[in-house]
Amino acid sequence: MDSIFRIVVCVKAVPEPKAAESIKIDPVTRALPRLDIPLEINSLDKNALEVALQLKETLPAHITVISMGPPPAGDIVKECLALGADEGILLSDPAFAGADAYATAYTLARGIDKVGPVDVVLCGRASSDGATEWVGPELAVFLDMPVVTMVREFVETKGTSWQVKADIDHGYRLVQVELPAVFTVTQDVNTPRTLSFSGIIKARKREITTWGIDDLDLPAESAGLKGSPTIVSKLTYVESKRECQIIEGTLDEKVEFLIDKFAEAGVIT
Amino acid sequence: MSDQKDSVWVIAEQIRGEIPVVCIEIIGQARKLADELEVPVEVILLGKDISDQLDLFFFAGADVVHLGNAADFENYQADIFTEIIVSLAKKQDPQIMLIGSTFMGRELAPLIAANLGTGLTAHCIDLVLDDNGILEQQVPAYGGILSIICPEKRPQIATVARGVFPMPALDENRSGIILPIEPPERKDIRVKTLEILHEEPKGVPLESAPIVVAGGAGAGSIEGWLEIQALAETLNAALGSTRPAVDEGWTELETMIGQSGRMVSPEIYIGVGISGELQHMVGIVGAKVMIAINNDPKSPVFEQVDYGIVEDCRVFLPALVDKLKNIKELGGRAAHVV
Repeated sequence: MDSIFRIVVCVKAVPEPKAAESIKIDPVTRALPRLDIPLEINSLDKNALEVALQLKETLPAHITVISMGPPPAGDIVKECLALGADEGILLSDPAFAGADAYATAYTLARGIDKVGPVDVVLCGRASSDGATEWVGPELAVFLDMPVVTMVREFVETKGTSWQVKADIDHGYRLVQVELPAVFTVTQDVNTPRTLSFSGIIKARKREITTWGIDDLDLPAESAGLKGSPTIVSKLTYVESKRECQIIEGTLDEKVEFLIDKFAEAGVIT
Repeated sequence: MSDQKDSVWVIAEQIRGEIPVVCIEIIGQARKLADELEVPVEVILLGKDISDQLDLFFFAGADVVHLGNAADFENYQADIFTEIIVSLAKKQDPQIMLIGSTFMGRELAPLIAANLGTGLTAHCIDLVLDDNGILEQQVPAYGGILSIICPEKRPQIATVARGVFPMPALDENRSGIILPIEPPERKDIRVKTLEILHEEPKGVPLESAPIVVAGGAGAGSIEGWLEIQALAETLNAALGSTRPAVDEGWTELETMIGQSGRMVSPEIYIGVGISGELQHMVGIVGAKVMIAINNDPKSPVFEQVDYGIVEDCRVFLPALVDKLKNIKELGGRAAHVV
């Protein structure tokens, strides 16, 4: 057995969440505006990378960061290298565009195949933009690995039989899993390290590998929009059914107004 | 009937011996879709000692329940559950499969979908059939509603949170067929749930709370968040949140309201530092009175509530909490006014 422990961390470059909120369907034209939103690493993927970095502190490990996205997503992969990952791979090809969670997971799986034998694959629980939570578990199916989603704590990480705690409704489950395996992590798993602004600028100089569709064992009909079972059929504008009254006056008057409303609803006496 | 193709399926579950409410709600919606399509509703349930709870499925609209009743099924087991459901689905070709957005559902749904090579839509807020009988799976996005369809692959799979669909009227005269599922012979179990531990939910449960105080990114910092928490405690309200607040680590995922979180319908909803993102707002459409506190007068949240207060929550909330505490100490508002 290879003495180096091989970890792959999947990261996604997402539109900066605050700025992304400004992408709104136009009530008149009913179309989406085209805005140039800066990309950043998906918040929960930082937790996934942090799991890998902390594992590497306890055993000889090699961390590969992999992302699927347009060329600018390469900067996010470079930032992961600056944080301590050993190798960065960007899966980027116009043929990957329009992928739903299924096609994304399939493409990532074929990218991970090319990386070589892997012990552990780590993902964030969900992305801030798509928020489906599907990529991690679907990736596990396409890699023929077991998966544990929503991991909040890695309890036992020695050997090839790991124990983790994973969130469930009102509690958690203790799960034993045989490696190689895929894990998706929540924000409770750790506090990720961050790069300073100058660190982010320096990271831009790091080298990463870019693979397109011809570099992977991936037929064109399995990638991007063509490989996506789901499609968007329409986008509908919704009108608010409520009419808002803005409460004017001093701070005290506004407090009084709310107290009145609470009393009217019977929530205070 | 047991070989019926094209049926509408619901993947039900048990958590510590209980059937989650969402399972019954989605059987109700499955019934509506199945009636339009003129096909049966079939429910899959894997658990232990659960036979006495099946009537509820039939009352809610199920025609067939595929029941796996075995000690091995007491806890959710990803590998075994996936294998059973996938092999049954391959035999029977359901056209629609609905799964509750519970923690089990959120892991099991993508495992089933990827194994069946089909699509999956997360956390739908409505499910309707288009003119061709294709399932329109609606999710909020970009301040509007996206309709997602899975035009060719089957089944069309969607997850739905509790509270999206109402509890169906239960017809106690309905009954149906129970078909047993035998536990498969396993060669290797790669992933095993050893135990499930219950944690008492902190604070007031969101779904049944008369008052909900929800906070968002506008809290600005953990200090701001603590002010929001203090308001919730003073009002004896349930504490809710938006995704950014969860991602900041101020609160737990369990408090998240909206499309991929919980659905609430309180008497009063108070949103503090919330921007009005539809993913959150779809979780509170059932609220009677909605109040927003936000320091940005242009915030879209003010287009979606009944009363708006333009103030910095870090200044406004302490004043409000003080006043509420005063009233409490004086034993009620009447005394206070006098």
